Parts: sequence; C-alpha cells; structure tokens
Amino acid sequence: MGAGHAHPLYLPGVSPVHRLPAEVKVVAALLLAICVVATPREAFSVFAGHLVVLAVIWTAARIPPLWILRRSVIELPFVVLAVLLPITGPPPTIDWLGFALSEPGLLGAWNILVKGTLGVLISLTLAATTPLPDLLLGLQRLRAPALVVTIATLMLRYVDLIVAEARRMRLARLARGHDPRFLWQTGATARGVGALFLRTYERGERVHLAMLSRGFTGAMPRTVDDAPTRRQWAAGLTPVAAAVLLAAAGWNLA
Amino acid sequence: MTVPRADVPVGSAPAAPTPPSLDVAGLTFAYPDGHKALRGIDLRVEPGERVALLGPNGAGKTTLVLHLNGILRGGAGRVTVAGLDVAPAHLREIRRRVGIVFQDPDDQLFMPTVAEDVAFGPANFGVTGPALRERVAAALAAVGMDAHRDRSPLHLSGGQRRRVALATVLACRPEILVLDEPSSNLDPVARRELAEVLLALRDRGLQDRGLGTSMLMVTHDLPYALQLCPRSVILDDGVAVADGPTRELLADPALLARHRLELPFGFHLS
Repeated sequence: MGAGHAHPLYLPGVSPVHRLPAEVKVVAALLLAICVVATPREAFSVFAGHLVVLAVIWTAARIPPLWILRRSVIELPFVVLAVLLPITGPPPTIDWLGFALSEPGLLGAWNILVKGTLGVLISLTLAATTPLPDLLLGLQRLRAPALVVTIATLMLRYVDLIVAEARRMRLARLARGHDPRFLWQTGATARGVGALFLRTYERGERVHLAMLSRGFTGAMPRTVDDAPTRRQWAAGLTPVAAAVLLAAAGWNLA
Repeated sequence: MTVPRADVPVGSAPAAPTPPSLDVAGLTFAYPDGHKALRGIDLRVEPGERVALLGPNGAGKTTLVLHLNGILRGGAGRVTVAGLDVAPAHLREIRRRVGIVFQDPDDQLFMPTVAEDVAFGPANFGVTGPALRERVAAALAAVGMDAHRDRSPLHLSGGQRRRVALATVLACRPEILVLDEPSSNLDPVARRELAEVLLALRDRGLQDRGLGTSMLMVTHDLPYALQLCPRSVILDDGVAVADGPTRELLADPALLARHRLELPFGFHLS
C-alpha cells in the first residue's frame, strides 16, 4: 500500500513486523518508549536488555543494524548537550585523565544518552517497518484528532506536488539567465517563493471545493474498516511485555 | 417495491413525467468585485442527454458549474437537479446527484491511494462496509483503473489521473456527470481513451436503464464535443447564445467566430 511514497526512513519488506497493522505498531512503540523512560538510570544492565529486545525486532523485520545506526545520527545535536553536563554539573567530582567530572552530571548525561538513543531506535524501527500513509491511517484508527490526521494526510499528498512546482519555477528562472550568487541577487527567488505561496493557497481552495463537491462535511469518513485481530495485538505487544518486565527488574536492582 | 400484476402489461402504467436531470432557469451571478459572470442562463438537460457547454475563456462556464451543486449561490434564478432544488436544506443529496469532475485531477485526488480517494465520496454519503468496497471496485472497473487501486495518484500518468478523477465521481452514482475541460492537458491517446470510457458509460446506461448517464461537458475542444455530445450550448459573456445539435453549431463558422471559438486547423464540417 502507498507504493511510491518511499521515504528515506522506510525499508520496504514483507516481514511479520511489516505486516502488523500500523496502530498496533504505534501503540507498541509508545509503550516501549515509556518502559525505557521508566527504567531507573542506575540499572545499567537493564538498558542492555532493552537493546536486546530491539535487536530481536530488527532480526524479525530483517533490518540490518547498520541501516538503523546510520539513521540514528539524527540524535547527535542532543548528545552535544549531554556531553556538557559532566563538565558543568555539581560536585562530588571524579578525577578522569586530569579532568574533574561531576558525578551527578555523568549520571545525568548517561540518562539522556541511553534513553534518547533507545527512543530514537524505537522510532526508527517503527518508521522502517511502516509506510507513511499506513502510519496516518493507524493514527486515525487510534482516534488521533481528526483535524491533525487530515492535515498530515493532505501534506503527504501535496508536498511532492509543491516541490515539483518549485522546481519548475526555478528551471524557468534559470532558463532566462537568472544565476543568483550573492545575497542581493536573490530578489527573484524571494518573489518566486511568494508566487509559490499564492499558487499553493489557490490550490488549497480548489482542493477544498472539490472535496465539498463530493459531500465533505468537515470530518474524514472511514474508508477502511478492517480492525486488527487479537492475535496481531498479542504479537505486537510481546516486546512490550518483555520491556515491562525489564523495567520492573530495574527498579528491583536500583 | 410492488410486483406488477399479471393482467397489466409491464411498462404500460402511466409513468409520472421524469423531471429533467438538470434545469437552470434565469440564473445570474456577480462576483463580489461587481464582475457579472452569469446574466440570466437557461439550460435544461433531459435524463440521459449529453450536452456540451462551449465558450471562450471567461465566458462563465466554470462559474455556472459551481452553481450546479450549490458551491456558489446568491444570485437570482433557480437550479433544480432531477426535480430537487439546489438549496441549503438538501445540499448533501444535491452533491451526490451532481458529479463534478474538476479540470485539474490533482485538485480532486487528495488521498494517499486511488482506492481511498474513490471511496471518499460514497463514504461521505453514508455508504460503508462491503457496499463501499463494491462501489469502489465497480467505479475503478468502469474507467479501467482496477489494477492501480493501491497506488498513489502522484505516480499515475495524466490520463490515468483523469480517469481516476472520473471514478471518484462515478462511485457516488450521480444523476448527472459534469466534466470541466475533460480533455485539457491530455496526450492524444489519453484523450481518446477517456472518450472511450465516457462512451462506454453511455452504452452501459442504455443497456441497464434504457438511458445513458446525463452529462454536461464544459469544453473548448470542439471536436471532442462533436464526438461525445449530440447537443451543444454556446455560452458567451454570461449568457447562452446558441443551443442546438453540435454538428450544426460547429458547421457555422460565423457563429463560432462571433464567440471566440474555432475548429482546429484542417477541420471542416458541412
């Protein structure tokens, strides 16, 4: 479904994880993230356990770990903040290679790093196994605010169209010898953006008229109605059960 | 439903006169800036009739189309669809009865997949479950797009998009099909394929009900009007200036020239 809506975070496949209904995966991902966050930061080995749960899912979904790791660099800007904590944190301090590192700061940094990384890995796993349109459909079935889902659906449908329009306008400018190299030469580009905004706005109006003509009253009708089975829910929530046990074990350890 | 009695031959009962699919009487409309787009239009389309609405750019064609399902209102005059007034009280039923295929299929197709888009209309009109699936399948089959039901409209060719846009409206089972410039931006093959789909709709309607689908086709593609619509109405500056058999209107070069219409190079009708 949704062929052609390839986005860089989606890895096409036919694994059991790919075939699970989107809403099951959305719920499972959310609960997994909550389990990770609920694990006390001192329970170091438990985080390794969470990683094992994810690794099992990757194996089932046939996602190469490197494929996921490459995409998790999105986390890097947040890691920078975590690196500062041990330096700026309060005493007591530990001496490490001549640096005085704050102990609570180190723990705080570890907390951000490990929970953030696991959270990113969980989201990437969801994105890798669920095409965007299915994700939106899943959100709709989970009764996410209809307006938000509708806006996201329309954005998904029209973003490529707008990009293509912008590209055509740029080509037409270049074809007439426009070659902006300095800031003060970007006037034409800026006016192009303005024109693009107007065109997009007008298209929005036309799309709305066309929707009204087919009886749109403000709420998206449900056009797909096959709900997930108990078995699918059970399969999707198995890793969550493992994560709950891990988090509970973490509280016992700490 | 009543079963006909054996002693009364089927079809001999005095049928109530069928109201016209579309009846526009004395319709006027001015845009807020004062520009008069429609200056008293009368137009009647009988059930099963196919009419081309011809006219130069700016003649008021699209404005008229937007009045047919109540998107634009406010001027004088009256529009009825199969006997039902276009009024706020029953806009929903009016919009089911009037199936508008817009000029740019990208304006019409907004859902992630073809099948969901075709389901959008009938789902709005309360069709659900197996009946909805059946509607979608039938509409896609009617335009020859059943193999593409799970694709994104974005990845279809222009001709395929146009046919899917037609399917989204057919799935609502309209009383009258309104096509706004159906042949614009189509290559010759896609243009012919669309014509074949539209002619097949007529033929199937004739088989099932003895009536084809009523159709109002807004265009300035005159050969297309000739191929698909036996009757044409010429609209210019907000009034209907001519109404008659398409072939006769198109064979009158003086009439066409007066209203900024002309046949493509090399075409002659006698």
